[in-house]
Amino acid sequence: MDDGYLAQFSSLFSQFDVLGAFGTNLALTFFAAIGSLAIGTVLAVMRISPVPSLRWAGGTYVTFLRNTPLTIIIVFCALGLWGQLGITLSSDFQTNFFRLAVLGLAVYHAAFVCEALRSGVNTVPVGQAEAARAIGLGFGQSARLVILPQAFRGAVAPLGNVLIALIKNSTVAAAASVPETSGLMRTMIENRPDVILAIFATFALGYVVVVVPVGLATTALSRRLSVAR
Amino acid sequence: MSARSVLFDAPGPAARRRMRVFNVVATVVVAGIAVLALWRLADKGQLAASLWTPFLDPSTWTNFLLPGLLDTLRAAAVAIVTSGLFGLVFGLGRLSQVAAVRWVSGLVVEFFRAVPVLLMMIFFWLALGYSDLVEAPDAPFLAVVLGLTLYNGSVFAELVRSGVHNLPRGQREAALAIGLRPPQSLRLVEVPQALIAMLPAIASQLVVILKDTALGQIITYGELLDSARRLGSGQGNILQALLVAALVFIALNYLLTRFAERLATSVDRRTAGAARAEAPSLVVDPD
Repeated sequence: MDDGYLAQFSSLFSQFDVLGAFGTNLALTFFAAIGSLAIGTVLAVMRISPVPSLRWAGGTYVTFLRNTPLTIIIVFCALGLWGQLGITLSSDFQTNFFRLAVLGLAVYHAAFVCEALRSGVNTVPVGQAEAARAIGLGFGQSARLVILPQAFRGAVAPLGNVLIALIKNSTVAAAASVPETSGLMRTMIENRPDVILAIFATFALGYVVVVVPVGLATTALSRRLSVAR
Repeated sequence: MSARSVLFDAPGPAARRRMRVFNVVATVVVAGIAVLALWRLADKGQLAASLWTPFLDPSTWTNFLLPGLLDTLRAAAVAIVTSGLFGLVFGLGRLSQVAAVRWVSGLVVEFFRAVPVLLMMIFFWLALGYSDLVEAPDAPFLAVVLGLTLYNGSVFAELVRSGVHNLPRGQREAALAIGLRPPQSLRLVEVPQALIAMLPAIASQLVVILKDTALGQIITYGELLDSARRLGSGQGNILQALLVAALVFIALNYLLTRFAERLATSVDRRTAGAARAEAPSLVVDPD
């Protein structure tokens, strides 16, 4: 790699807003994470509730959404919800697509958040619930005071995996023509096919830099929070 | 242990009565949401029979959906084989006795697990397009397979490693005691058992591969989603076409998941002790 190659490559950064594109992906991730955590928690409560119809509805949602490719969901949000049904989430054209992509990412990952929370409940030994009932706590009390606090701690590691998947999947927002990293990488390569490897390496390392600390942080967090048994 | 057994006691008469009331209320709410959605669709004219009847016509399937489905299955099938090989090679690499091999394999596996699959697909698609290694029409297919292989192969490599690590230590000790060398023990005793322990995890990763073939639509690979989109924009029923494509994916993945669950129960007894394998979360492991 001589000086000329590097100089040519670095000139691309003044021409294209690489950091801005990563910012878009992180913004997509942030809002979709909040949305999927909210929907996923409701689904998890539905799935562990004693009411059969709620359990059924939650289970059906998870089965359907988890088995549908994310790309179809995003295309559905862009072409179906907006194109056919005329649902707009913002009067601004760009913001509208951004929000539709967030919606698609949130409803898809909610199914995985639900499963992560449920696996957290499964880490709680039966003896805990039996002990709670034995000292006279009701369902609500034993769930609130004994089971859920331990379940959330057990769910940190699987939730971290969902967050990592969400960061990487935010690139699929390209299917709803949101200007983010994968679209920008394509434009940059099409502009400058001579430095294609350096462009790909930049974006790939960008994701490594974002994803690996998240993985380390959630692992450390889950170790610190894990209930000693 | 199921979530239910942790949370509830066997309900008594009062609790059963309360649950029945809740059940009826919840059913009404869930059904109400469904009716509301259908009513909105009807309001927009999306329930018109003319938009749905094309899917009863065999030519819709033979001209659009089945060729698309075939391409989806083709990419998935090839990617499953290649990522299996990739996973085996790099999984053994991570277990190698040579530190350099271990280190390089670890770097490769962690790198490809951190990079979005779509980014890899776009890169390979454009790179193959600019080079003249392959004919232009083959580039999207190869890019889909390469992207899927590198990511899922890395996941498989982690599965191999964790499967071997989770075997009871006695297996390796016994192999060494009868005079096998460490690589022989790995090849003849540990990995075969780890592979069986991996089967359920592998089967659920197959669902991921099948789903991710739909990313090919973005790089102009003519798979199921792409053909549904073309069908929908041709006949003005994109909503319905996407729904049908999604249902096909759901049905296929549901069958795969069921298969995985049955596999999980039937292979339980075929490894030493409670062997299991799962891909650990994405961290650079210290060992």
